[in-house]
Amino acid sequence: MEALILTVLLTSVPLIFAATGELVAERSGVLNLGVEGMMLMGAVSAFAATSIFGNPYMGILAGALAGAMTAAVFSLFALGLATNQVATGLALTIFGSGLSGLVGAPYVGGTVDGLPNLAIPILVDVPIIGNLLFNHDIMAYLSIGVLMLVAWFLNRTRAGLVLRAVGNSHDSAHALGYRVLLVRFGAVSFGGLMAGLGGAYLPLMLTPHWSEGMTAGRGWIALALVVFASWIPSRILIGALLFGGITIMQLAGQARGWTVPSQMLSMLPYIATIIVLVLIARNRDFALANSPACLGRLFISNK
Amino acid sequence: MKIKTNFSFAAVATLALSALVALTAVTVANAADRVKVGFVYLTTPGDHGWTYAHEVARLDVEKHFGKKVETTFVENVPEGPDSARVIRELAKQGNDIIFTTSFGYMDHTIKVAKEFPNVKFEHITGYKRSPNVATGNIRFYEGRYVQGVVAGLMTKSNKIGYLASFPIPEVIQGINAFGIGLRSVNPKAEVSVIWVNSWYDPVKEADAAKVHIAEGADILAQHTDSPAMLQTAEKAGVHGFGQSSDMKAFAPKAQLFSSVNNWGPYYIAKIQQMMDGKWSTGDGPDHWAGNTWVGMADDYLVLSPFENMPEDVAKAAAQAAADIKSGKNKIFTGPIKDNSGTVRVPAGKTLNDGELFTTLDYYVEGIKGKIPG
Repeated sequence: MEALILTVLLTSVPLIFAATGELVAERSGVLNLGVEGMMLMGAVSAFAATSIFGNPYMGILAGALAGAMTAAVFSLFALGLATNQVATGLALTIFGSGLSGLVGAPYVGGTVDGLPNLAIPILVDVPIIGNLLFNHDIMAYLSIGVLMLVAWFLNRTRAGLVLRAVGNSHDSAHALGYRVLLVRFGAVSFGGLMAGLGGAYLPLMLTPHWSEGMTAGRGWIALALVVFASWIPSRILIGALLFGGITIMQLAGQARGWTVPSQMLSMLPYIATIIVLVLIARNRDFALANSPACLGRLFISNK
Repeated sequence: MKIKTNFSFAAVATLALSALVALTAVTVANAADRVKVGFVYLTTPGDHGWTYAHEVARLDVEKHFGKKVETTFVENVPEGPDSARVIRELAKQGNDIIFTTSFGYMDHTIKVAKEFPNVKFEHITGYKRSPNVATGNIRFYEGRYVQGVVAGLMTKSNKIGYLASFPIPEVIQGINAFGIGLRSVNPKAEVSVIWVNSWYDPVKEADAAKVHIAEGADILAQHTDSPAMLQTAEKAGVHGFGQSSDMKAFAPKAQLFSSVNNWGPYYIAKIQQMMDGKWSTGDGPDHWAGNTWVGMADDYLVLSPFENMPEDVAKAAAQAAADIKSGKNKIFTGPIKDNSGTVRVPAGKTLNDGELFTTLDYYVEGIKGKIPG
C-alpha cells in the first residue's frame, strides 16, 4: 500500500507545479491555455540538458527556463498585441507540441539518470508517514514549498494584492497607476516557469525518457485543476492528489483484475474533471467567489 | 504582346516537357537496376524496441543487396487514416515493395494497395490480405512461453506483472503462451495484466510497472516498446524481460533476457522473391498469419543470453527454447483450460495457425481478469 501511495504522490507533483503556475496567471486575469505546450517544452529541455550535462539539476533549470520562454511567446501576442487569449493559448499548445517534437527528435530512445532522493534526517524515521513524506527528490519538496509561497504571496503581501487587483479590475488598477501589462507579464512568465518545472518532472523523475507528447494531457488536467480549486492555492494540493490517485487507481484496478474495461478506467481522470466542473457550476457563488473578474479579458491602455 | 505570351508559354511548355522526359528516363534507368523499397515506421527507430528492430533489418537489406536496392523509410506514422496518406505517398514515389510495420496499418495498407496494383505490399503482423498484399509475422509467443517458464521458476511472491498494449490476436497469444509456460513449472503463480492502451508511452509504462511492483509482483513482462518497465524494475530491485530488442543496457541487473525480433532474413527473402519475379502472397486468404510466420526455429525470433538467474533456471529456459525449436513443444496443445477452469482445448489437440488467431478469446489458467472489449 505504501508503494502505491508513493506512486500517487509522484504522479501529483507535475500537476501541482503546472496548476499553481496557471493559478497565478489566472489570478492576474490571463487565461493561458498553453499549459500543455509549455510543459512539453519544459520536458524536452530538461531531458536534453540532462543528457548534455549529465546533471539532472541542469535539467530542472533548463525546464524552468524553457517554460518561461514559451510563456513569453504567449505574452508577446496576448499581452503585447492584445490578441484573443483563448486562441493564443491553444496556438501555444500546438506550437509547443510541435517544437518539442522537433527539438526532441534526436533524444527519442535515449535515457538519463533521474533525480536522487533526498531523505530528510530524523523525520524520515517517523513510523508510517516518515518514508511517505520525507524521502523524496528535491522537486517534490519544491512543489509543496512553492505552493505555500504562492498562497502566502497572494493573500499576505502587497504585491499579491496588486496582482489580484489587476485580475479583478484592470481598469481600476490601471487608474491607480499600476502597470497592468507588466504585472500580467510577470504572472504569465511565472506560470510558464512552473509549467516548465512540471514538464521537467516527467523525464527527470517519472520515467527517464523523452517521447513526443509525453505529457499526455497533464496540461489540460492542470487547467481543470485551477477551476477545481476555485482559484484557491491550497485546494490545488487536494485536487492534484485526487487526480494523481485516479490515474494510479485505474492501473491498480486492472492489476487487481477488476472487470471494468481498461479504456473506461483510462477515461476516469477526464470524467472526474467533467464531474467536478459540473458540480462547481451548480454553486456559482461559491465557485466563482475567487474567480478573477477580468479573466480572459483584453487590456488595452489608453495612453 | 499576344505573340510574346504565346512564345513564353511555348518555351515553358517545352522546358517542362523535356524535364519530364528526362525525369522519366532517370526513373526508367533507376527502375532497371534498382529495386526501391519503402518502410513505414510507427516511431522513430531510436536504439531499442519494435521500430529499432525493423531499422536494423532495413540496414541488413542494404548490406545484403548493396546497390541493387534503394530504401526509404517514413518514421512516426500514427496508426490511423494518416498512415494511408504516407503509404500512398511511398507508392507514388515509385517504391516497388512497401513494408508497413505495425498492426494498425492493416486496413490502410489494403486500401492503398488497391490503388497501386503493380506495387507489392507486405503488412507486418496483420491478417488481412489481397492480391498484392502479403503479410509477415514472427511467432513472438514462442519467446513468451520461455519467459513464462523463467518467471515461474524465479518468482518468490508468485505474482507476475504484465504490461499489455492492445487486445489484438498477437498480444493475446503472447499473454496465453506466457501463462502456459508459467503454469508448466509453477502451478501457484498468477499473472496480472495492465493494459496501457499504447505501444509506446514511457510515463504510463513506468506508472503501470510501479503499480505492479506495489501490488507485490517480483517479475515483470511487457508487450509494449519502451524500456521504462525494465528501468523501473532495476530501480525497485525486481526482474523483467525486454521486448523486441536486447534491453540489457537499460537494466543490467534486472533483465532476465529479451525476445529479439530479427526481421532481416524475412525482408531479404521477400525482396529477392520480387527480383526473381516469384513474389506471392502465399497460400490464400484462409492462411491466417500470412505466408511468413516463423519463429525461433528459423532465428526470426532470437532470445538474448539468459542472465541474472540461477544456473538451473537458465538450463530450464534453454531446454524450453530447444523443445520449441525442435517442434517437440507446440505450446498451444491441450489440455488448455481458461481461467475459469473450463477446458477450451481438449487433450491431444493442438491449435492450428488459424485457430490461434480466431479462437483465443479467453485467458488461460494463471492469468487474472478478463480480456477487455
